[in-house]
Amino acid sequence: MADTPEMKLHCPLPVRNATVQLAHGGGGRLMQNLIRDIFVRSFSNPLLAQMHDGATWPVSEGTLAFTTDSYVVQPLFFPGGDIGSLAVHGTVNDLAMCGAQPLWLSAGFILEEGLAIETLQRIVDSMAQAARDAGVSIVTGDTKVVDKGKGDGVFINTAGIGVVPPGVMVGPQRVQSGDAILVSGDLGSHGVAVLSMRESLTFAGDIASDSAPLHRVIADLIANGIEMHCLRDLTRGGLASALNEIASAAGMTLSIDERAIPIRAEVQGACEVLGLDPLYVANEGRFVAFVPEAQADHAIAVMRDHAVATEAVRIGEVAGRESSIVVLKTVLGTHRILDLLSGEQLPRIC
Amino acid sequence: MKYVDDFRDRGHAETLAHAIRRIVTRPWTIMEVCGGQTHAIVRFGLDELLPGLVTLVHGPGCPVCVTPVTLIDHAIALASIPRVILCTFGDMLRVPGSQGDLCGVKATGGDVRIVYSPLDALALARMNPDREVVCFAVGFETTAPAYAMAAIQARRLGLTNVSLLVAQVLVPPAIEAILSAPGCRVQGFLAAGHVCTVMGYEEYEDLARRYRVPLVVTGFEPIDVLEGIALLVGQLEDGRAVVENQYTRSVRREGNVAAQAVLREVFEPTLRAWRGIGDIPFSGLRLTAAYADFDAAVRFRDALAQSGSVGGEDPDCRSGLVLQGLIKPPDCSAFATRCTPERPLGAPMVSSEGACAAYYRYRRDARPGVNS
Repeated sequence: MADTPEMKLHCPLPVRNATVQLAHGGGGRLMQNLIRDIFVRSFSNPLLAQMHDGATWPVSEGTLAFTTDSYVVQPLFFPGGDIGSLAVHGTVNDLAMCGAQPLWLSAGFILEEGLAIETLQRIVDSMAQAARDAGVSIVTGDTKVVDKGKGDGVFINTAGIGVVPPGVMVGPQRVQSGDAILVSGDLGSHGVAVLSMRESLTFAGDIASDSAPLHRVIADLIANGIEMHCLRDLTRGGLASALNEIASAAGMTLSIDERAIPIRAEVQGACEVLGLDPLYVANEGRFVAFVPEAQADHAIAVMRDHAVATEAVRIGEVAGRESSIVVLKTVLGTHRILDLLSGEQLPRIC
Repeated sequence: MKYVDDFRDRGHAETLAHAIRRIVTRPWTIMEVCGGQTHAIVRFGLDELLPGLVTLVHGPGCPVCVTPVTLIDHAIALASIPRVILCTFGDMLRVPGSQGDLCGVKATGGDVRIVYSPLDALALARMNPDREVVCFAVGFETTAPAYAMAAIQARRLGLTNVSLLVAQVLVPPAIEAILSAPGCRVQGFLAAGHVCTVMGYEEYEDLARRYRVPLVVTGFEPIDVLEGIALLVGQLEDGRAVVENQYTRSVRREGNVAAQAVLREVFEPTLRAWRGIGDIPFSGLRLTAAYADFDAAVRFRDALAQSGSVGGEDPDCRSGLVLQGLIKPPDCSAFATRCTPERPLGAPMVSSEGACAAYYRYRRDARPGVNS
């Protein structure tokens, strides 16, 4: 009788839970299983395999770069990426913008009770793949579970450590009058892809997020002797916010030609309908570079050799020290300020 | 991109600017009525292309800006009621009432939702049968038919938990108020293309006749605005005063008759206070008797009576003069000093169509000396 179908129905003994439960964050057996079956298996590397409170490794000489970022994007999956790949790319790119070679990441997960384990597995797989592609290791992590209704599926925090090669110094204080301002590709795809998914906007067509790691193109620029005065990835707030931050920190006036800024027609169209300005929309695989005018063409050529920067162009120059503003030469040849936004244009975009 | 690049073409803009320079012989003051046009002018620097003899002044066509403080206070009071979901356009969130804004209510637990369409409020009402969904109906004739349709649909669906806090306003009475005000210096108007898409422009022909003033129904892209100005300057130089339609790709003389019918079924004109300007007869809309049961002001009469709106305007805010075209934003001593988008004294510094916000955002100090 023990193997009748009725008995099986009344005695389910699932090998794995289908959803995240509070006990998955409780420090007991369920949590150990989750760490072993999901995280360690996917992120597998020798430092993580130490299974200690933290990862340890010997340090070499040089300069370390250290950064952290939290990811709360909604929806969790969007055209061109998901919260997992984003959590790797975002932190890798923050290190890359310091001129660093990204090496090690941590991953902190805040899971909402009831999240499907299958969903978590997809996110972790995507994270592991993104880390492999970027050549970084996820060496330590943490998991917490919050009550149903107190989270939004999953939030991820990643911190990253990288090494800056000797002689490389990148920062707004190095920006000089006359520097050329380059952008690595077309703008606004990430924000519009996420928003069109969230709002079920069918007209947005096949716009996919530009989410991608940028450290290899930065390393190549350094290897080619390009003197990078300042770098900034164009995430929340987009190009306009990044330029304003740099203008303010450097105490310089920046002059930008609107006609030179690459924006895909579909992105422009979606922004027109939604009342957004693509210059303020988030990107996750684009950066702006300030380089000496004499090296601008060389830098653009180097960037265009990389799939993530095939549309790299020059969009303007550092005009001088009159005031810390960004002046935009419009498509009509007139002039206006390109200002910081006062509020949030698009929430939960990264 | 089609329909965008065509209307932002530099060569075309320069040709139009040249045409205006060729015909103008005297100084003219022109008002663009709509805040969308104000933003196009400031964002694209269109005044930089115009001859010095043509002065553009900005009109009252920002519905968020002219919504009176008492109505903002009412919206805040309604959003503070626990069972209420208040639906609004995003622009209204940070407009100051007499004692705070909707953002503040939201932060302290009020259920304020940003909606793109009034019909979204109906979906919310259906999903939340135990809640009261209130739609803050703000806008000109462009948005009124959508709110009217929401009321009609709500009745058809038998939804009793949805209502409208009506702050709808009408453009022609506002133009008339500006024309009849002492000290009016406006000699011609760019009429708002989207309002006329709904309402047509027969009413404007009456204004043109009675006040001997030319009006050109105009679109919102740079080429539209420059074409509208060229037509208007042409009329002024010739001594003509008629209505012309620049925005032919959207506007017909009779307008959208079906939308007008929906509007008239649900709304009727009423006296309305305009923020910073004052009362204008028949310049607002209220629900007709047949739809009075969808009136949030009636349904929540007791709560609103207790809300204690004092309706006070900040004494330093000169937005009433800005909205009537009597001064430009940088002429106000509070502009970009005590009044900024982060800490606004008045609505035009907050709204995406507000003139003060346009000047702050695009013109603060890009070209010193040219910003007024």
